[in-house]
Amino acid sequence: MSVLARNLTKTFGAYTALADVSLEIPTGKLVALLGPSGSGKTTLLRIIAGLEFADPGSGRIDFHGADVTDVPAGKRGVGFVFQHYALFKHMTVAENIAFGLTVRPRRERPDRAAIDARVKELLKLIQLEDLGARYPAQLSGGQRQRIALARALAVQPKVLLLDEPFGALDARVRKELRRWLRHFQREIGVTTLFVTHDQEEALELADEVIVMNNAKIEQVGTPQEVYDRPASPFVIEFLGNVNRFATKANPLPGAGSDVLYVRPHDVDILRDYHGEHGVRVRVQHVFSAGNTGRVALVRADNGDSIDAELSRVRLAELNLLAGDEAWVVFRHIRLFPAGGFTERDVATEDATPAIADPGQGI
Amino acid sequence: MASAVSSLSRSAGPAARPLATRDAPWLRYLLTAVALGFLALFLVLPLVAVFAEAFRRGVGAYFAALNDPDGLHALKLTLLTAGLAVPANLVFGVAAAWCIAKFTFPGKSLLITLIDLPFAVSPVISGLIYVLLFGAQGWYGHYLDAEHPWLPGLQAWLIEQDFKIIFAVPGIVLATTFVTFPFIARELIPLMQTQGNDEEYAAITLGANGWQTFWKVTLPNIKWGLFYGVILCNARAMGEFGAVSVVSGHIRGETNTLPLHVEILYNEYQFVGAFAAASILALLALVTLVLKSLVEWAHARRHAASAAAN
Repeated sequence: MSVLARNLTKTFGAYTALADVSLEIPTGKLVALLGPSGSGKTTLLRIIAGLEFADPGSGRIDFHGADVTDVPAGKRGVGFVFQHYALFKHMTVAENIAFGLTVRPRRERPDRAAIDARVKELLKLIQLEDLGARYPAQLSGGQRQRIALARALAVQPKVLLLDEPFGALDARVRKELRRWLRHFQREIGVTTLFVTHDQEEALELADEVIVMNNAKIEQVGTPQEVYDRPASPFVIEFLGNVNRFATKANPLPGAGSDVLYVRPHDVDILRDYHGEHGVRVRVQHVFSAGNTGRVALVRADNGDSIDAELSRVRLAELNLLAGDEAWVVFRHIRLFPAGGFTERDVATEDATPAIADPGQGI
Repeated sequence: MASAVSSLSRSAGPAARPLATRDAPWLRYLLTAVALGFLALFLVLPLVAVFAEAFRRGVGAYFAALNDPDGLHALKLTLLTAGLAVPANLVFGVAAAWCIAKFTFPGKSLLITLIDLPFAVSPVISGLIYVLLFGAQGWYGHYLDAEHPWLPGLQAWLIEQDFKIIFAVPGIVLATTFVTFPFIARELIPLMQTQGNDEEYAAITLGANGWQTFWKVTLPNIKWGLFYGVILCNARAMGEFGAVSVVSGHIRGETNTLPLHVEILYNEYQFVGAFAAASILALLALVTLVLKSLVEWAHARRHAASAAAN
């Protein structure tokens, strides 16, 4: 394991930012730390970087097997990239990238030529070879973030840490840079942990996703695992859109009414239906622009709203208009017992992926 | 071509002008005249009066008055005081702003309040504090008394030098430093707070130590604010009257600063001398203002350059 953090707790006065958190980051992997704001993900990243320290007596952090718990940030060998770049405004791009090398004690410092060569090499790596003499203010957001990355990599860090690296960029640049970062990370193979609150970003970019909520880790897994087999109601609600229903008839042992989830793309709309698991709905709105068609529906019996997502071809076939009556059936249902998630993974038990035989009645 | 462009822009002018500035011309001129008249009456006229009075008996009398040894000594003392107080406040102000803006610690808001204290109390009180502390009857008034030893070697040396604080130069420097303390710290704290800590953190993760982080990252970022604070601090240090008046003892040729010298001469009906000395103070103030404008101009130009490039 490249980074191993165990039992970290961090409190700010009465507020708990991290409650006994442990995690592992495999060598060379790109791992996302995903959670809503206030979930403790940035605090965790900063503690791993050494910019903050866990509560005295709590926890331990290892890099490549060596204990770095009490090692200050500058000696840990981390590269840190900030949401707002944090480039040194008064230095040129080349001086920014060279900074980590020029501040070394004289004995360890490479000579001028070696530093220049390293800067040139990094500028080439981030595809900004001609911009070495510019100042950060003269560059676009995407270019600045790439320079921040090059600056962090100049000192050959053992671990690369990125705090919301695309948060300050506009949508188009963000997508581009995201793709670029993925190739780049695979190419240089540095162990990377990045913080994000954007589930799409985490799922697209990461080898592994760590979902955080309320100072705790909710689930760790590959993007597919956390999306397809969410461990808790929080994870399913946070990762993508989902319809949420309270069920009266409880098909599984457990007290009270349970909460049931259906992804919009697991909702199928039918003009006519004669089975026993259909739900009568009225079409409220059809959104036909975009990659997929979306339909906002209202249940005829209790007025709950349901979102459905279907292919544009299917949407055209159905030819729905606002106000139309129709039926929906659920291809795939996920159920969590009330009163919190228990260790039993109920999600795998109730999956019934067939239109003819949809899940439990609701 | 140029005339065509200008006539075009003139014809487009009134229509393109935003609503708020479409007041009647007489109203615009009246408001401008009132503002300028006020400025002339309260700022320019007194300044003109100072120079007019100074040159009333001719240029020769003016320079003769300036050549007065007591006046020259007062000028030297004023420059010396500013020369000691400003660097001291530079160091303390930067240190205070740095720890307030970049760290959290208990008692931080108390420290911010304390920094404002010299602005809140009357300068006369500020001077009086030092008389109460170091005056002959003050709390530490016996610092030269061999019967009250405190740090034997240093005390003996001070006795030998006949080191006085009150009614002497050290008291003047102390009082001036106290009164002008907030200028630099107050200028820097909001600036450093808006800049945040990210650049410092970036420097630290790259392996820079605290000293390198300060010199290579923090200081270049606060450079302009610091210049501005130093200039304001310097202006006040040279012009301070109240606090210095209490601690100086008004000994001519020894503990008189320029502002005190002006007062003494005026009270003795030496109007040319008083206004000549005042004109020197006014000139120092004008130089300060020019410097301040230069700093602001240079800063704005840098800003505009980087914004344009962006």
